Amino acid sequence: MAYAERFKAPTSLSEKEFTYCPGCSHGIVHRLIAEVIDELEIQGKTIMVAPVGCSVFAYEFFDVDGTVAAHGRAPAVATGIKRASPDNVVFTYQGDGDLAAIGTAEIIHAANRGERITTIFINNAIYGMTGGQMAPTTLLGMKTTTSPYGRRENIEGYPIHVSEVLKELSGVAFLARTKVTTPQDVIKTKKYIKKAFYAQLNNIGFGLVEVLSTCPTNWGLTPIESMKWLEDNMVKEFPLGVYVDKVGDVR
Amino acid sequence: MEKAEKVMVKGTEAIGEAAVRAGCRLYFGYPITPQSELTEYMARRLPEVNGTFLQAESEVAVSNMIYGAASTGKRVMTSTSSPGFSLMQEGVSYIAGAELPCVFVNVVRGGPGLGDIQPAQSDYFQATKGGGHGDYKLIVYGPESLQEAVELTIRAFDVADKYRIPVLLLTDGLLGQMMEPVKFPGFKNLNTLPDHSDWALTGTKMQREPHRVTSFDLDPVKLEKMNIQRHEKYKTIVKEEKLFEEYKLNDAEVVLVAYGTMGRIVKSVVDTAREKGVKAGVFRPISLWPFPYEELGRYTENAKLFFTVEMSFGQMVEDVRLAVNGKKPVEFYGRTGGVVPTPGEVLAKLMELV
Repeated sequence: MAYAERFKAPTSLSEKEFTYCPGCSHGIVHRLIAEVIDELEIQGKTIMVAPVGCSVFAYEFFDVDGTVAAHGRAPAVATGIKRASPDNVVFTYQGDGDLAAIGTAEIIHAANRGERITTIFINNAIYGMTGGQMAPTTLLGMKTTTSPYGRRENIEGYPIHVSEVLKELSGVAFLARTKVTTPQDVIKTKKYIKKAFYAQLNNIGFGLVEVLSTCPTNWGLTPIESMKWLEDNMVKEFPLGVYVDKVGDVR
Repeated sequence: MEKAEKVMVKGTEAIGEAAVRAGCRLYFGYPITPQSELTEYMARRLPEVNGTFLQAESEVAVSNMIYGAASTGKRVMTSTSSPGFSLMQEGVSYIAGAELPCVFVNVVRGGPGLGDIQPAQSDYFQATKGGGHGDYKLIVYGPESLQEAVELTIRAFDVADKYRIPVLLLTDGLLGQMMEPVKFPGFKNLNTLPDHSDWALTGTKMQREPHRVTSFDLDPVKLEKMNIQRHEKYKTIVKEEKLFEEYKLNDAEVVLVAYGTMGRIVKSVVDTAREKGVKAGVFRPISLWPFPYEELGRYTENAKLFFTVEMSFGQMVEDVRLAVNGKKPVEFYGRTGGVVPTPGEVLAKLMELV
């Protein structure tokens, strides 16, 4: 593929400029989703459910129909859309506070029903938009504005491992945890996202990709330091890999 | 039940069948007494008409599923009872904010909290003044009989579509659990349902700009504009959509005001009172929002007394006082906790007052 062809903006992204901080992973993941939608030629039938949080405007960054769910409820909203119009492709984009705290019930039950939706789960171990508070995924010892002494297991409990919890559910057709800190990771993540959409398109079940992500602003690190911190700390707590794959080989 | 003939049905099932006939093919729900039969009815009935039934994990999820389904422009409903409706309020506020058409049914039971499972009208404030956050309104109907419940259910879907607003059928365990003969209308042709292709989420098909359904704008000036537009719509609804029944009010000196089950009971109270020489009549609001303030207020010219009866500590009575506007006395009688006032005790109270 020619350089210009490979790096042109995906059709599924809108003209609107991202509003994310420098070094935040949202931009990379948005682009990967858009590339997958383009390659699967599903832009015209895709409906996005954006979350509450930094990516509340995600529906404006994609050139597809979209809505914004209440905090944590994206899987329920997506269920309503998908059940009402099964021919559409529905995906949710959710952060860790959204999916792993207030929306725990919704994600578990949508996954367990094998809801034909796709979820992209951004785990940066912190609440971004509200200003750096503790998330359910915050690491032990990690300081946030609401765990100023560092997260302690006897007070705040342990970081929750969403992929490990969801992998036990029969409705899940594709589930992987990944990161986007290196070019190889980015390529792998795109493949996972594509498979998660395939799980929906081929009517196999629920698909979710957990992406370990950076939040330089709230972590108080530079973008480069953030990448390194993620590699050194988050990957240990949240092992990468494919947890469920009922999709099989996808080109 | 294909023909328009009277059939004996239970209240909750009458509402379910009316919804199906109105073109509703999507139901999301969660069981709660005393309306679980409606959920069960839809679980059986919708697959027969190629519809979709889904039992959600919670009422919070239900109202968000309703939000999602309604955003595709299709007819969708749920039903619940008081504690369940409280849980749905998050979704109701978002749905009202995003201006999505859908139908809620609240078969009210005694509260607050877990309360009991007997009939009550103590959700009136929540229903008509907003149970969720923000400045919004639902159209709220309070039927007095199963026939009226059927007609209002169908109307609910139509006005929801017309105004892009959630509509609430506010009934109670008494109507929900009783059986009555009902005449059903025919089935609405799904191809004649209102076209929402100008805003609904259906996929662009690469032929139009994306549609965005949201309840928010972070720019306060823009949000205020959205809210003002919505309130302009509410003003139209207030003008166009008030429903009420007047019973023996022509010469009435006492105006009994009651809705739903209680509205039905006080009619027999008025009949007996008239036999005793008391000129009484009933004003029964059918739309609880918009409330028929002016129409009720007109009776301040001739009536001496207004008497509100509710299955609560007194909630609608505040709207009655607004309508009467201090011109005449407004008395109140109510029972709560799931106790339904008998015609006898209401009559006794009425005779004390006159």
